[in-house]
Amino acid sequence: MSEPLLELEGVEVRYGTVSALHDLSFAVAPGEIVGLIGPNGAGKSTTLHAVMGALPLHAGSIRLAGRPLAGHAPEQVARAGIALVPEGRRIYGGFSVDENLRLGLAARQDEGADEALAEVLSLFPVLAEYRRRPAGTLSGGQQQQLAIGRALVAGPRLLLLDEPSLGLAPAVVDTVFAALATIRERGVTVLLVEQRARRTVAFCDRTHVLANGLLRTTLAPADADDTRALVAAYLA
Amino acid sequence: MSLVAAVDAQTLVDAVGLGAVYALMAVGIGLVFGVLRLVNFAYGQLVMAGAYTLAFTSAWPAAASIGACFAVVLALSLALERSVFRPLRTQSPAVMLVTTFAIAFLLQSVALVLDVRDGTIGEAARSLGGLNQAVSVGGVDVRKVTIVAVVVAATALGLLALLLARTTIGLHMRAAAADFRTARLLGVQADRVIGLAVLLSGLLAATVAVILTVQSPLVAPDFALKETIFVLVGVVVGGLDRLWTATLGGFAIGFASGVINGALPTDKTVFLPSAVFALVILVLLLRPAGLFARGPAVERV
Repeated sequence: MSEPLLELEGVEVRYGTVSALHDLSFAVAPGEIVGLIGPNGAGKSTTLHAVMGALPLHAGSIRLAGRPLAGHAPEQVARAGIALVPEGRRIYGGFSVDENLRLGLAARQDEGADEALAEVLSLFPVLAEYRRRPAGTLSGGQQQQLAIGRALVAGPRLLLLDEPSLGLAPAVVDTVFAALATIRERGVTVLLVEQRARRTVAFCDRTHVLANGLLRTTLAPADADDTRALVAAYLA
Repeated sequence: MSLVAAVDAQTLVDAVGLGAVYALMAVGIGLVFGVLRLVNFAYGQLVMAGAYTLAFTSAWPAAASIGACFAVVLALSLALERSVFRPLRTQSPAVMLVTTFAIAFLLQSVALVLDVRDGTIGEAARSLGGLNQAVSVGGVDVRKVTIVAVVVAATALGLLALLLARTTIGLHMRAAAADFRTARLLGVQADRVIGLAVLLSGLLAATVAVILTVQSPLVAPDFALKETIFVLVGVVVGGLDRLWTATLGGFAIGFASGVINGALPTDKTVFLPSAVFALVILVLLLRPAGLFARGPAVERV
């Protein structure tokens, strides 16, 4: 494995006295797509929020391309090149689609904002079509495309996705995973948190299984068809 | 009806002027509330500080005196942001509100100490006194300062609306007001957005200080206190969660108190607050979430 882009080492996060993540270590290499699955409350979203600097670390360290991120505010982490597609999409419903996309530029450090916007609009043509509409009038799947597009215009080195298929109809989930496949082709490094275990394991280069804040096991795409391995990973 | 007859054009013009000033204060309070979820009770004391600056510099040319007023109010606003609002940002709204009470009383006490009445303090903005003269517009006597208040308020609100709608930092401010957590995750810089909100709020306070001191040149430590309480009530009635509703609420309560003040016989004007607040209670009984509340949000799937 080449020099990791994202590296978690012995990460511990606590909510009060409750430990939400315990001694969590894994790494994501440049260009890789890594999955993170597990039951509710396993610590998946907590991991992403810890990376973003939205939660303080009790112990351990998180590094981006070798530079420690600890103590950075979320906006600093975003500007360092990590973009989050948050759970529940968190788009600004009262703002136009265009304004939502331009908010994504807040984290952009270099030139090329116009090119980035054009690229995202060609990746998600529906956003180009509805550019002037209030984002709240889009369907759930379209809003998810907007949330992903908003993260991509920042030109991130690493894209974090928090359950992008949550609450979407099955056909719309296909759209979201198709978008992720396109993003993969463009060489963006991705850490994908999902509930849809089989699909995630099949899609990602590697998938870590979390339970109770612990890293249980790591699955390869070949394990996706092995129902027993999947069930065992969840129940172990 | 005798009440309607009492509300003549003169009263309406004065009420619009008062509404304009209250609207400016409402925006100043609403801007900071938007990004900090902080109701700044000390806003009136910023206006008071500006009024005292105008009084202390009353011998200066008008432009220099107004410049000093803006400098003092802005410096005070930014100092409050750095030393109080920023450290308390993560505290509960109750803690922040009580803190602004404390600041309000502190600033009033400072004013009491400075207000020595030994002749160093003059009539505020004496060189602007001419603005109190009336001009006749269609048979109605309108004080020049009323026209200035309306024009300045409209211009300031227009410029602010442009800033919020058309600029990147304006977009960031709106995003921070709607959902600060997500805005920060997107890379919006919290300190810059809050700093700008406090700065704009200070600019508005200084503007209000100039208009109010022309209208009532007698500066005292409780200057603008009554106005602040009225405006706070107004923004709550209008709805604090959105800037334009807070602004309308501020204007509405200014306008209403102007009209009621004009309608009440001169010896009954002490009942003005009672009448205004009775109206407020009525509005809140009918529309508890504010005059301009919207329906519940719908989640899309």
